[in-house]
Amino acid sequence: MGHGRPIATTRSATGIPTARLAIWWVLASEIVIFGGLLSVYLMHRLGHPEWAAAAAHTQTWVGALNTFVLLTSSFTAVLAHQAAEKGDGKKAAKLLGFTILGACTFLVIKSFEWANEISHGYTITANTFWSFYYTAAGLHALHVIAGAIIMGYVAIDAYRGRELHRVEIIGIYWHFVDVVWIFLFPLLYIAK
Amino acid sequence: MADTLVDVHHDEHHGPSGILKYIWSTDHKMIAMQYMFTGMFMAIIGGYMAYVFRMQLAFPGISVPGFGQVSPGEYNALVTNHGTIMIFWVAMPVLIAAFGNYLIPLMIGADDMVFPKINRLSFQIFLVSALILLASLFVQGGGFGGAWTSYPPLSAMSQYNLTDLGSSLWLLAVALEFIAFLLGGINFITTLMNSRAPGMKAYDIPLVCWMIVIASILFMLSVGPLIAGAAMLFLDQTLGTGFYDPARGGDPILWQHLFWFFGHPEVYVVLLPAIGMTIDVIATFSRKKIFGYKLVLYTAVATGVLSFFVWAHHQFIAGIDPRMANVFTVTTLLISVPIAEMCFVVIATLYGGSIRLKTPMLWALAFMAEFLVGGVTGIFLGASGADIYFHDTYFVLAHFHYTFFPIAIIGTFCGFTYWFPKMFGKMMNDTLGKIHFWGTVIPFNFIFIPLFVLGMGGQHRRIYNYQHFPELAGPEMYLLRQVATIALLVMLAFQLVFFYNCIISWIKGEKAGRNPWEANSLEWTTESPPPHGNWPEGLPNVYRGPYEYGHPDRETDYWPQNEPG
Repeated sequence: MGHGRPIATTRSATGIPTARLAIWWVLASEIVIFGGLLSVYLMHRLGHPEWAAAAAHTQTWVGALNTFVLLTSSFTAVLAHQAAEKGDGKKAAKLLGFTILGACTFLVIKSFEWANEISHGYTITANTFWSFYYTAAGLHALHVIAGAIIMGYVAIDAYRGRELHRVEIIGIYWHFVDVVWIFLFPLLYIAK
Repeated sequence: MADTLVDVHHDEHHGPSGILKYIWSTDHKMIAMQYMFTGMFMAIIGGYMAYVFRMQLAFPGISVPGFGQVSPGEYNALVTNHGTIMIFWVAMPVLIAAFGNYLIPLMIGADDMVFPKINRLSFQIFLVSALILLASLFVQGGGFGGAWTSYPPLSAMSQYNLTDLGSSLWLLAVALEFIAFLLGGINFITTLMNSRAPGMKAYDIPLVCWMIVIASILFMLSVGPLIAGAAMLFLDQTLGTGFYDPARGGDPILWQHLFWFFGHPEVYVVLLPAIGMTIDVIATFSRKKIFGYKLVLYTAVATGVLSFFVWAHHQFIAGIDPRMANVFTVTTLLISVPIAEMCFVVIATLYGGSIRLKTPMLWALAFMAEFLVGGVTGIFLGASGADIYFHDTYFVLAHFHYTFFPIAIIGTFCGFTYWFPKMFGKMMNDTLGKIHFWGTVIPFNFIFIPLFVLGMGGQHRRIYNYQHFPELAGPEMYLLRQVATIALLVMLAFQLVFFYNCIISWIKGEKAGRNPWEANSLEWTTESPPPHGNWPEGLPNVYRGPYEYGHPDRETDYWPQNEPG
């Protein structure tokens, strides 16, 4: 197991495994980043009812489709965790592969959506609603990309039967990425 | 207990060799030294900047030796980057990253941080951010000159700040620095929570470790909105969005909220580690148990919580509703209560102790005395009525430096001189140490007391040449400015004593041995300097708290944490 890992990493004074403890702190720091951005957006949105006109041009069904894709990818991440718990690294890797596929589908849909919007003149500078739209969704998309890349590494390790506990950790992160989108979808698409 | 020696020395045997061993090391002590020396290098640059603009202020138009004539744009870039460097590239890396990395594993009896590679990554991102900041000073148009607070629209629009590339690079550097400290902070928090030596309970942790970890949590919880805000400012600068432009539905005050929501907790992010080090030093050199360990700990947590509710005291003249200003006045004045409490704990610890006035102890006492001045002058600024007059004057600047200088400079010297024997295995020369101490602390007061007076006289900040303002150009005001500048020159000159002392002590200082100060905490139970893995003979167990000095039943007046019953 240990790749020259220090004893410090193997200790667990709280009873919570170190990696799980750390990922929750990562999420805490992420929550304040997205929390800050979204509360700023909310306050501006309440102060500018006229932004509803701009928001009317977002395509709710595309957002809904992407919500479905992300939720499904989270589901396979849960199944991967289950497989890893049972020690089945190959199955966990395969299920994580499905999650990565979901991430890619999400990004492809998003690219077409953005390309379409930009070609209609709704660019990031079109008005401040669109600035928030692209910034918030863009920051989220960066997290999707980063998550998918890390998940690739975890899946390769899991396939070889190594570091199976990381399947759970990346899963927790992935659920967070999912939850952020669940906040973004109503705020950016449904609220017209 | 359950610890087994699983190839701890792996990296040492199979890692890269030569200079790469230092650059790519994952050893927490090596990373701490990297942070320490990068921070000190940046402090020299920040000090040089202060020298240049103080010369311009005291002797306007002079050709500053080592710089030349200072243009208005250069002046702005110098004050901006002096502030930015001293806070983000000196105080943060030295107080939190360097001491945190060095002390946490050693003080809790672990062989390293829980994530050594993330630790290394944290330093590498930090180093890149420092290089970007330094590079930003040399691009077309010069370095960013919109103050370390970087308020839009000045910071957002290049037609106002005239430093198109400089301001974007500045922002990028600050954002990268934040990411580096988030990574480091997660490591500190997780290490302290999970990797303590067997037997070490929550109240057996030395206070300095607690303080660094509480500071890391504060940083993590306050910096998030500013990271989002920085991304928005970056888009305003580069793509031309209008987040901070009222003409396009944005709001420039928004930046102030995001900045100070981070900026005020940030004061405590650097204060707490400094207080933690001072308290440890004071216990060791008074040979007494800390008066109220839990009190200090709870007080630190209370300070941290309160610090999230005071930020708008920076915005009393930014068009804030006066009723809201009242609320923030109350919270701001409240936060002086826990800090005063810590001062009383220190005094109570000193009372009746057998005090040893070694160099680290002098720094610790000076920290308390000078920080007190900073705290008391803060009351005037926290009260919205008085602040309307004092706002943006040198009174604010002097108050700020009476808090940050004790934190970042006095606190650092306190910790550095205390742990120098552990870090380098040699004792520092105490006489040279005391010369350096007095040569730093006395001029410090001669720099900033005149600035208090000037501020009360109405001297505004961020002005390049006071000759353009007849009511601020009188000879008595120039005399005070010159006193401050000359005191700065004296103080900077005395830093040579410090560097000389470091080098001469490192080369031919007396061997320190394991525990030269007769202290209790775990870092003193291993060799000086500790080898890779920290305790080659096996990691220690813990039987008691870190402040058991002067126990009546014992012959020696200290009782190391790892000695069985």
